[in-house]
Amino acid sequence: MILEWIGDVVLLVVLLPVVIYLLRGVCNAANGIVPRIDRIAAAARAGSGDLDAVPLLLTTQARVITTIEAAADYGGSLDVILDDA
Amino acid sequence: MPAAGVVMIIAVLLIVVAIVYYLVCTILALRKITAGLDQAIAGVVEIIEKSAPVGEVVNTINANLDAGVDLLEGLLVKKAGMRDSMGLLEGLYPGATLAGLRNFPDSSKTHAPRISEVYTRGTLTLARLGREAPIAAASPNGPALRNPAYGSSASGKLYPDVRNTRPERLPRSPVIGADSPVQYDPDEPVGGPRKRMPVGHERS
Repeated sequence: MILEWIGDVVLLVVLLPVVIYLLRGVCNAANGIVPRIDRIAAAARAGSGDLDAVPLLLTTQARVITTIEAAADYGGSLDVILDDA
Repeated sequence: MPAAGVVMIIAVLLIVVAIVYYLVCTILALRKITAGLDQAIAGVVEIIEKSAPVGEVVNTINANLDAGVDLLEGLLVKKAGMRDSMGLLEGLYPGATLAGLRNFPDSSKTHAPRISEVYTRGTLTLARLGREAPIAAASPNGPALRNPAYGSSASGKLYPDVRNTRPERLPRSPVIGADSPVQYDPDEPVGGPRKRMPVGHERS
């Protein structure tokens, strides 16, 4: 009879608080991840939006090629016109 | 049932209830995490897809710009010489000579003349245009083709002969009046070519 009471006390005073403490820690950790995941998702969306201008690089590429070609033509003419140093 | 047994059952029930409560709470949190990760993964995949061609395009742009830099650096050094090139660069972009020219490693050690402190950019441009510019009188390539002291006579040679080369052969100014040596012939048709004035007359 005394052992049963001792077992009850152990359950209520030791086991129950330990179980609650551990499970509460797991639950808090899981809940702590949620806002961070939300921020990561928001950053990914924002980063994806920033890359909407990437197709403009194709225009830049074409302009650079045109500019360098014009500079090459002009440089070739200058090479003919001007004396060397 | 003894009281100790009842208390034990209650204690076990409390433990089970606590386990269920916190496990359900954890499950809900994990579901939110899964949904958030799905959104994040979708965003990351979108970023990867959008940035995939960036490397190739940027490499092409850099290659073209490199070719342009090579061209302009080579042309500048070829035409102006290393020393004047560095002076010109220093005048236009102060401090640029510290880095030097990319294709000319020794350029950073070249002493850059302080060209821009004496002449304006426009004058420098004229100087770079060649020895025809008056500022190029002291060009290391030789004397200027245009003499800056007699620039007007040099430019006068561009005009028709006689006036600038042999001014003594110019005809005298016409003398007007009844006793002028050249009399206007009233019968000369109006609108036709005028007779040329006699040349070689002695100047008074």
